[in-house]
Amino acid sequence: MNAANEMSISFSALSENEAFARVAVAAFVLPLNPTMEELTEVKTIVSEAVTNSIIHGYKEGNGIIYLQCKILGDRMELVIEDHGVGIEDVDVVRQPLYTSRPDLERSGMGFTIMESFVDELEVDSAISRGTRLRFVKYIRTPQSAAHYEV
Amino acid sequence: MRVQVERRHHGSILMASLTGELDHHAAEAVRTTLDRELQGRHNVRLILDLSGVTFMDSSGLGVILGRYKKIQDTGGEMVIAGVSRAIDRLFEMSGLHKIVRMYPNCEAAVVALKEVAK
Repeated sequence: MNAANEMSISFSALSENEAFARVAVAAFVLPLNPTMEELTEVKTIVSEAVTNSIIHGYKEGNGIIYLQCKILGDRMELVIEDHGVGIEDVDVVRQPLYTSRPDLERSGMGFTIMESFVDELEVDSAISRGTRLRFVKYIRTPQSAAHYEV
Repeated sequence: MRVQVERRHHGSILMASLTGELDHHAAEAVRTTLDRELQGRHNVRLILDLSGVTFMDSSGLGVILGRYKKIQDTGGEMVIAGVSRAIDRLFEMSGLHKIVRMYPNCEAAVVALKEVAK
C-alpha cells in the first residue's frame, strides 16, 4: 500500500471561494478516476460545508476556512474546519429541512445532502471555538485507479 | 452565473434561463434578478430553465423554493424545465419534485403553461 497523498489549503471565508474549494478538491481526487456522479458528489459536499462555514460559522464576516484532503487507496478523507461561532446542538442541525437562517432562504438540506453523498460524516463543534467536519468517501467505481492495485 | 429572462407566448409567460453554477455565491444575484422581474406582478407564469446549470447545491434549492413560494402567494405558477440527473437527485432528496411541476425542456413547459391559461 502506498503512503497517503495529502493536500491542505486555507482560504478566506468569502462566497467567491466556494467554487475554488470544490474545484480544488475535485482536481485532487481526479487520479482516483471517479465517475461524473462521484465527482459531482465530492464537489457538492465541499460546497455545502464551505457555505456553512461562511454563513453560519463566520456569519458572513471575516474568517479563514481550513481544508485538508487525503487519498489512501480508494478512500478519500476530507476535513473542512472553521474557527467560527460553533454549533449549539449538532443533532438539531443534522435534521432535514432544519435551518437557523430561514431569512436567508436556506433550504435546510445541507447536512442531509452531505450525509447522503459520503460514507462517513463526523461533526465536531464547540461554541465560540468553531466547527470541524470530517468526511470519508470511497470511490468505488470499477474503473477507479485503486481497482487495479494489488 | 448568468440569468437570461425572456417573454414567451405573447408576453404572458416569463422564461428565466440560468447558465453556470448555482451555489450560495450565485444565489444572491439570481434572487435579485428574478425578484426584480416579479416585482408588483400577479399571476406570473414562470418557467425556470435549468438546462444550462452545470452545478447546484442546497443554496440553489433555497433560491428556487423561495421564488416558487413568492409566485404561488401572488396567484401565479412556476414550473421547472431541463433538470439534469444531478439536480434531480437534490430535488428528490428535498421533496421539491413533489411540489413543483417539471418538464424535460422549455417547449414542453410552454405547452403545459398555455394549457393552464385556457
